[in-house]
Amino acid sequence: MTEPSAPMVVVPELNDLTRPFWQGGEKGELVFLRCLDCGYYLHPPIPICPIDQSKNLAHEAVSGRATLASYSVNHHAWLPGFELPYVVALVEIVEQPALRLTTNLINCPLDDIRIGMGVQVVFRHIEDANGDVWLPLFEPEGETK
Amino acid sequence: MTINEDRPEKHCAITGLGQSDIGRRLGRDPLELTLDACYAAVADAGLKPSDINGLSTYPGNMSQPKGFTGASAYDVMDAMRLEVDWYDSGVETSGQLGSVYKAIMAIGAGMADHVLCFRSVWEGSAQGSGGRASLGPGGGRGGTIYAGGFQQWMLPFGSAGAPIWVALYAQAHMDRYGVKPEQLAQIALNGRRNAAVNPKAIYREPMTLDDYFSSRMITTPLRLFDCDVPCDGATAFVVSRRELARDLAKPPVYIEAMGTAIHDRPSWDQLKDLTRTVGADAAVQMWGRTPLTPADVDMAQIYDGFSYLTMLWLEALQLCGPGESGDFVEGGTRIARDGALPLNTAGGQLSAGRLHGYGFLHEACVQLRGEGGERQVPKTPKVAAVAAGGGNTCGCLLVTTVA
Repeated sequence: MTEPSAPMVVVPELNDLTRPFWQGGEKGELVFLRCLDCGYYLHPPIPICPIDQSKNLAHEAVSGRATLASYSVNHHAWLPGFELPYVVALVEIVEQPALRLTTNLINCPLDDIRIGMGVQVVFRHIEDANGDVWLPLFEPEGETK
Repeated sequence: MTINEDRPEKHCAITGLGQSDIGRRLGRDPLELTLDACYAAVADAGLKPSDINGLSTYPGNMSQPKGFTGASAYDVMDAMRLEVDWYDSGVETSGQLGSVYKAIMAIGAGMADHVLCFRSVWEGSAQGSGGRASLGPGGGRGGTIYAGGFQQWMLPFGSAGAPIWVALYAQAHMDRYGVKPEQLAQIALNGRRNAAVNPKAIYREPMTLDDYFSSRMITTPLRLFDCDVPCDGATAFVVSRRELARDLAKPPVYIEAMGTAIHDRPSWDQLKDLTRTVGADAAVQMWGRTPLTPADVDMAQIYDGFSYLTMLWLEALQLCGPGESGDFVEGGTRIARDGALPLNTAGGQLSAGRLHGYGFLHEACVQLRGEGGERQVPKTPKVAAVAAGGGNTCGCLLVTTVA
């Protein structure tokens, strides 16, 4: 099947719970919903903390630092708009064990990828009529900052 | 631990097997394939449709992904004019065989006596004509796609489906335990050796290790031959109340124990440990429900939608230790039909087609009955471990000819 020439872009649907996450990058911040009573980060965001059932929740920025939990180098054009090969990564946010994001690892030669390596967030701005979003991507720690 | 000898499993047996034609793209009405399998299963048991008073299927009515289901519960109940005392369908369950576990519970609860269970797919035809509908929205058209729900955390990063999600587990597991690519290859090679003697298998020509390494890399560490093949086909079982099973047409295959547990988040990327499938929770539960142990297993039929799921399941089912699946399958002799633990003797989904979980239980029953023909394992097995699913949807069961 020949790929259409029209670019395709996938953007998240925004709602009140998810908008701060997807738009935090405007200020360069990686933002998660957090329980103000027990400190637990809720991801994906939900209305009640599963640890202490608190509804006292607010979005808070984290450091943007993470470790690479796993990765996969993709040689197949699953979706248009991704230049091959591209790296899908699972990163574990340093602020909480098993708080992970599925993301892309960028600015890293394939041979240099190591599970456990330190990574930091970098945002990709996507303009959209329903509200701009900033995708949190990750690069090796100390790469550009 | 006390074993409950009156558990629902002990009230049940599989009494009928049915399978439609299977093909890459049969281009036939999926309801026809489904009914072929269902009527065959009922006849195999020596029953009539009017004897069936329960029905269970995975996943039930779903319009997307295209071809994911060939018929709903209502489609089959109506087409066969069934009058049932209990029925159910659903996609949120412990793997594709969750529909069978529910049938077992229904019989154990006294809600039905003969439950028809089926799984029907026509992904081969559906995806052949409509693009890769199973991977991402829109079938590859241009424009802006809005991803909601759980897909919003995946699609914007090109994490477009299960091949990638499983690859992430695989990479983490290989990195932690040092599993080698040539060890992983044995899952695909073993499947192809078995498919060669399964007349219904999709891919039957021999595969060498060189062939495996020549297949293109899809999503590291998974190559094309680590991914199963979409197909058209349907599989059905009759699960019967055990005391009614003895008088039927074929020797019963008894249900010994089942496992449905998930003690982790029902998520692909927020699991506590990426190198351990939640199937391990189901397996712990299963082994806690039977006096049998992993050492009693004569044969394993284990989900291979992607080869690495089989590796993780071997560990989850305690057929080898954590991290030992690479050494366990090394060289392929142990898992061959004449080996200590024959594995995926019909070829698995990698070579025989993505019948989506049901194919493994079907093959376990075929082998336990000694009906495997050219692919029958030399010493007819008495106990089979069957596992289906991956990621956040896993379940397993033990079936046996020993009452």
